[in-house]
Amino acid sequence: MSEIMRADNVSMIFGGLTAVDNISLTMEDNEILSLIGPNGAGKTTFFNMLTGVYQPTFGTITFYGENITKLKPYERVAKGISRTFQNIRLFSSMTTLENLLVAHPKCNSENIGRVLLGGKKLKKARQEIVEECEEILEIVGLKDKEDELATNLSYGKQRLLEIGRALATNPKLVLLDEPGAGMNSMEKEELSTLIRYITQKMDKKVLLIEHDMRFVMGISDRILVLDHGELIANGKPEEIQQNQMVIEAYLGKGMTDEE
Amino acid sequence: MFVQQLINGITVGGIYALIALGYTMVYGILKIVNFAHGDVFMIGGFMGLILAQTTNLPIWIAYPLAMLITALIGVLIERICYRPIRLHGADALAILISALGVSIFLENFAQLVWGTETHAYVQKIQRTAYNIAGITLSNIQIGVIVLCIILMIVLYLVVNKTKMGMAMRATSQSITSAQLMGINTEKVIALTFGVGSALACVAGILVGTYYDAVYPLIGYSYGLKAFAAAILGGIGSVPGAMLGGFLLGIVETLGAGYISTGYRDAFAFGILILVLLFRPSGLLGKKHVDKV
Repeated sequence: MSEIMRADNVSMIFGGLTAVDNISLTMEDNEILSLIGPNGAGKTTFFNMLTGVYQPTFGTITFYGENITKLKPYERVAKGISRTFQNIRLFSSMTTLENLLVAHPKCNSENIGRVLLGGKKLKKARQEIVEECEEILEIVGLKDKEDELATNLSYGKQRLLEIGRALATNPKLVLLDEPGAGMNSMEKEELSTLIRYITQKMDKKVLLIEHDMRFVMGISDRILVLDHGELIANGKPEEIQQNQMVIEAYLGKGMTDEE
Repeated sequence: MFVQQLINGITVGGIYALIALGYTMVYGILKIVNFAHGDVFMIGGFMGLILAQTTNLPIWIAYPLAMLITALIGVLIERICYRPIRLHGADALAILISALGVSIFLENFAQLVWGTETHAYVQKIQRTAYNIAGITLSNIQIGVIVLCIILMIVLYLVVNKTKMGMAMRATSQSITSAQLMGINTEKVIALTFGVGSALACVAGILVGTYYDAVYPLIGYSYGLKAFAAAILGGIGSVPGAMLGGFLLGIVETLGAGYISTGYRDAFAFGILILVLLFRPSGLLGKKHVDKV
């Protein structure tokens, strides 16, 4: 198995608060990796360091053998890291299809002069981008909503659109920040199928943050547990379920008997 | 008389609209009012004058060159005076103060270099007046109106039909998410300043040619009117700035023509207040509904 991403001694300190404390981890090929932990454990902060929203105070992040610690967010997207957000951040006054188009890697490479002159070549290039994006909409199940404004979609559909938009950047690694939040059990079922499809059929790697334990245990190959910014456990779902430190982190000490 | 005033109003309004576009585009993306924009318009006017006068270049080379230089100045202003503040995460108010500083600097710089007096503009186009059914129309006036409309159509197409425009719209909705979707937002912001400044330069050259005058403080009155036009149309909205510009130009010209020229500005700002009383977000501005 080859290594996709690794973090070496990564810390993030905001003023006096250590949000992420000296974490080292690796992500291997062919695994769905999950990051869990109580609220405020530093999960989203870690995502923000992976995507370049924050620069880690210490430590390095490596992606496919390349040190990306100092790269800007858009440069990391070009390297193949894409994400969704815990609080939905779609371009709400754009249509479903436009949300994908804008994320497409060919989006920023158009020449304004050529656009104004028009022409067949441009038309064809655009048609290709639109078709690729429509294909992704088909996969996430929003093909019939492509002309709808993002803001008018239901909450669950907006979450799916976020995944679609992340896929439109043509990533190698997709980071999903609580993709199942606010979904009902049936929608979560569909989400699991979608995540498996993304990893198996589209050959993307997935790292996800999730609070729903049943969902996480069902889909993950490996789970990392954060608590107070520290990595306290790392293992297969069944190992994590048995781990005393994890149980304590979630339920507190001395509470386990009453559970 | 009415049609005559209407045409005069459209001419002035087109110029206001060109300047207003710069205000509205920058506001749309950064949510700041670039108070130096009126002075960029003045610099643009001087650039056109200098290039056409001293270099003996034909105007179809000199004026686009002036646009390019003004665009670069606009980009530099953002790069030097706004970006460092922005990236430090400072309040929008800090950028506003910086913009006022840039405005004061540019006005004094222009007075230092070109003197405080009014300069006559190069007149490379022979003025001819046409008389159609009692209405006097000069070729310059027709040129101003046609050019304004063409530029607005081009800008509208760029914003709505190109991928770059789409990146601009995405950036205006959320800089963070646009970055995380692979858009180089700093490039988009620089481009926005460049395009806005180039349009201001065209406006500067048009004012210079139409009124045969340019002076270092010209940016103050035009900048203020154009800013009012942007607000009138709904700041942040590109079609809004166009509509606001034309409306403001027509109202003040009609008011000046029928009632009194002394109240020209009163009509311009009067309509602004009236519209804002009934539509606080401007004519085409988005209504903000706070969801609970």
